[in-house]
Amino acid sequence: MRNFSLLDHQSIPKHEIMSEEELKSVLKQYAIDKEQLPKIKVVDPVIQEIGAQVGEVVRITRNSQTAGEAFYYRLVIA
Amino acid sequence: MTISEVTIDTMISGLNLPNNIMKTLKDDVMKAGVTKKELEEIIERVKESYKYACVEPCEAVGVVSAQSIGEPGTQMTMRTFHYAGVAEINVTLGLPRLIEIVDARKQPSTPMMTIALEKEYANDRDKARKLAWEIEATHIEHLADITTDLANMHLIIDLHEKTLNQRSLNSDDIADKLRDELDVMVNVPGGVANQIIVTPNSPSYRELLQLAKNIHSITLKGIEGIKRVVIRKDGEEYTLYTEGSQLKEVLQIEGVDVTRTYTNNIGEIYDVFGIEAARNAIITEATNTLSEQGLTVDIRHIMLVSDIMCCDGEVKQIGRHGISGEKASVFARAAFEVTVSHLLDAGMRGDRDELNGVTENIIVGQPIKLGTGDVHLIAK
Repeated sequence: MRNFSLLDHQSIPKHEIMSEEELKSVLKQYAIDKEQLPKIKVVDPVIQEIGAQVGEVVRITRNSQTAGEAFYYRLVIA
Repeated sequence: MTISEVTIDTMISGLNLPNNIMKTLKDDVMKAGVTKKELEEIIERVKESYKYACVEPCEAVGVVSAQSIGEPGTQMTMRTFHYAGVAEINVTLGLPRLIEIVDARKQPSTPMMTIALEKEYANDRDKARKLAWEIEATHIEHLADITTDLANMHLIIDLHEKTLNQRSLNSDDIADKLRDELDVMVNVPGGVANQIIVTPNSPSYRELLQLAKNIHSITLKGIEGIKRVVIRKDGEEYTLYTEGSQLKEVLQIEGVDVTRTYTNNIGEIYDVFGIEAARNAIITEATNTLSEQGLTVDIRHIMLVSDIMCCDGEVKQIGRHGISGEKASVFARAAFEVTVSHLLDAGMRGDRDELNGVTENIIVGQPIKLGTGDVHLIAK
């Protein structure tokens, strides 16, 4: 097996696990609950690699063609 | 008096604007050279224009997207066979491909990979060629003539030496591989060069003919499912294009640049690279399909579609088994397809419809919650 990091791939944006405080401020900014965020499966290869758990939220830094760089949030689900 | 870069930075960085707008603003301001007062006014105007360009609250963006993709879609060719660039690989394009993308098919009709190579392979044609043979599936008919010898009840395989050398194989390798896969007697007689004799376990015609058929399906070298590999020089480096797609296996091959290898099979991208890469792949594939036909659709519409397809953590199709079929409202589902059975099922289950969506409210004849319809006045 070759070892490589998926996060190096050019079409995979940066995924990072968010801390409680960051999450709170984001949810407050959008005035929503955690469950209203888009989802990502815990079996997703990138989630496996960064080791996020069900219930955590990941921040995705997308390279957007319209905004340059944009944040997206996904809730990890089973 | 023009202001310094540091002041411009501090004035711009606090703004709640998209990154690339701030960057363009900064670059332009630096180039022109402005005073503090002018910059303040510029920032005000930029903010105003940005606000003006934003989608208004309660705007039906989904319908606008559907129209904006659907209308150019009517101009698309119904059926096109096209060869991708110089690399004579047949790919589905036009309307059938667009349908394939939004239907989230597990397997596209013409899977194709673009394999980028690591530096030492990318600049060396021989190394690239060698890698191509590692990837392309080699079957027995590429290498040999097979004769069914009914008198002696066996198969005679005459290997071509030239093709063997080209793919760096030898008759012993092939004999071993055949022995493993078929579980029969495989002999390499010393008398004739490059000849292999395959004998079925029991001497019956049926077994012999079955064996003659099965032998063609064995992959002797390379990755099963990759039918053809074409080498092309893109700018400075050699890139491999394949007919057929096996992303997971190809990534394991030494010399393949993992970070730039791509396939047009979105299902496979989802399995190997995850949902975010799949979303990006949907955008790229849809944009390329449309622009290949000379149609320009604003990327925002395509982004909306792919975001909706990927928002639940898996790639869902737009249609009965995906977005439209999973709507919360009974009326909205009934309005889409198989009206009677949806209403009947809902009646049997005793479902409630909260009449929150657009379709439901049109059906019952109420004002829809869009634009000014979604604004309520509260007396104080």
